[in-house]
Amino acid sequence: MENRPLEYDYTVAKMFMVTTIVLGIVGMGIGVFIAFELAFPELNTVFGAGLAEYTNFSRLRPLHTDAVAFGFTLSGIFATWYYVGQRVLKVSMAESKFLMFIGKLQFWLYVIGVAAVVVSLFMGITTSKEYAEFEWPIDIAIVVVWVLWGISIFGLIGIRREKSLYISIWYYIATFLGVAMLYLFNNMEIPTMLATSPAGETGIGAWYHSISMYAGTNDALVQWWYGHNAVAFVFTVPIIAMIYYFLPKESGQAIYSYKLSLLSFWGLMFVYLWAGGHHLLYSTVPDWMQTMGSIFSVILILPSWGSAINMLLTMKGEWQQVAASPLIKFMVLASTFYMFSTLEGPIQAIKSVNAIAHFTDWIVGHVHDGTLGWVGFMIIAALYHMAPRVFKRELYSKSLMAAQFWIQTLGIVLYFTSMWIAGITQGMMWRAHDEFGNLAYSFMDTVDVLHPYYTLRGIGGLLYLIGFLMFAYNIYKTMSARPVEESELQNASPMGA
Amino acid sequence: MFHWLEKHPFFFAVGVFVVIAFAGLIEIVPNFAQASRPVIGTKPTTLLEQAGRDVYIKNSCNACHSQLIRPFKAETDRYGHYSLSGEYAYDRPFLWGSKRTGPDLHRVGNYRTTEWHENHMRDPKSVMPSSIMPGYPWLYTNKTDINTAYATQLTNAQFFGVPYNKPIPMKDGSTAVVKMAGSVAEAHKMALEEAKEVVSRMKDQDVKDAVANGDIPEIVALIAYLNSLK
Repeated sequence: MENRPLEYDYTVAKMFMVTTIVLGIVGMGIGVFIAFELAFPELNTVFGAGLAEYTNFSRLRPLHTDAVAFGFTLSGIFATWYYVGQRVLKVSMAESKFLMFIGKLQFWLYVIGVAAVVVSLFMGITTSKEYAEFEWPIDIAIVVVWVLWGISIFGLIGIRREKSLYISIWYYIATFLGVAMLYLFNNMEIPTMLATSPAGETGIGAWYHSISMYAGTNDALVQWWYGHNAVAFVFTVPIIAMIYYFLPKESGQAIYSYKLSLLSFWGLMFVYLWAGGHHLLYSTVPDWMQTMGSIFSVILILPSWGSAINMLLTMKGEWQQVAASPLIKFMVLASTFYMFSTLEGPIQAIKSVNAIAHFTDWIVGHVHDGTLGWVGFMIIAALYHMAPRVFKRELYSKSLMAAQFWIQTLGIVLYFTSMWIAGITQGMMWRAHDEFGNLAYSFMDTVDVLHPYYTLRGIGGLLYLIGFLMFAYNIYKTMSARPVEESELQNASPMGA
Repeated sequence: MFHWLEKHPFFFAVGVFVVIAFAGLIEIVPNFAQASRPVIGTKPTTLLEQAGRDVYIKNSCNACHSQLIRPFKAETDRYGHYSLSGEYAYDRPFLWGSKRTGPDLHRVGNYRTTEWHENHMRDPKSVMPSSIMPGYPWLYTNKTDINTAYATQLTNAQFFGVPYNKPIPMKDGSTAVVKMAGSVAEAHKMALEEAKEVVSRMKDQDVKDAVANGDIPEIVALIAYLNSLK
């Protein structure tokens, strides 16, 4: 008994893999649709004038951001946790009925929460705060899901055999704590049904409606402290957790430097939270906070590049694997996009650059080279690595995976280049004055010029979506193939179980 | 120390939490007391304006329009005086936005009229031929949720001390009072009075008829709100 390798139980991981793919298709599909709505506004009514209320850009935009952030990405984070967690802690979910129950409960509550979010956002029930649009009843459900995940993390850690926590676990713990803190504080709100009219009436109006505890500038400050760090703790920290596990596993290489990973981890934890102020440059929040936001954004290059360089150097001497394996390609390009995005962000956070970049599509471009290139590619790579091991079947098609890689890479390049040009062009036109000191362009002039870039961006997004559908098909065919009997999987990694 | 922490998950988690919570404490806490003082002349929203603000949020207008004028010549030339912190003192939630697919709206009430909005919201191309903004025709038939707007006003007054029914100092030294209804029935009456004022400058006969019958289409509330942005 003692000498047999552990049988890990991937029941919950499989469930979250399914939602990762389904919500990815939904979120990216909506994204492509609204991208084309900006290029061709007639699309707002393409499903009929009667449905236009639900299919126009402004109603769908929060659905897109929330579906990809809290649908696709969060599912990916949970799926990888329920895979990686067991393996690096050397303990199986099957060993604890309690943790298995918690995991399944977390999944089903999550699915219910997602359904509630979709319905409420379609109906226009929103708090308006970006990435925190949900009204209080859904907020409570989200907190419950999060607490269940916390129980799962610390429960599994509690019964672990491997005493020392691997780097990935640090990042999963940080994700849990960071998001918990940010989400709670940003969503402090008072349900309006609690108010009493002077005539003594109570429970007036919509029961789900609430208003923020903070007003005006304070609300903006808390929102972007949250908004920026939601990026940190959903799009960065857990994705680093993934790459620290999957890249060494897939390549058979040990992490290049433990000290670099220490520096990057604690550096990232300390620095990231300060940077939220860069969303509020030249706004009405105090100057010192804006300056801190700027400075710490530049400092943030250090821990970000620390992780990325650590990943790239892990491949030292093994670069032929990049040519040979599409899966390694995904991860190496993900680290590269991470470096790229974490250099671009600090540049945009410099006050004089931000004066041009803020409110333009350059910001949208920046978000997408990070999310498509880094987050998307890493989650796709993780699921590709997990699929053969979880389903005990060979991966359906490696060449399909390679084709997907190139199509999606082309999509990302089209996306960010068109958005750079669009953003900088518009930013420059907004501020241009003629020789008499009058504004050189009307606002409409600066919109007209964007049409070709909006079209290109839509095509870029469409290519990425096509690649994602290829990924979904590949995983589906893998799941539904005949199981491999007792033989060693060809693409099992050199490091073994 | 790090090796020790990595074997002791509890202390590890505490350490991580302290390190990430640090920035928030330093940045957010000291600013809270002073940043929310209103500038002279800032009034809370009237009932119909509040309902219009809710319509603005319901349709995510803030996805494409900012309400924050930065202190640059190009912005003050285009949109008016740059925004001041105290002007937002009663904004729950804030609506600064993060993307200008369309222009800033913080002072749109200074240079657009009820007539303009009425045409523009139904079909933006009718006033801006190359506009990429979609039309919002459903606002002309959907009924405004006055009850929720009233509950929002009450919540603002009861939980956050927003000065309804109290004298507010104005720039010229006088005082103004923003009245809040005493009951749901009175609220409906007040909203209707405000709505009549707005529709007197509108052309759409169905909207006029609806208001005459005591119903307020969402467009009326939205225009009341947009006109209040100055």
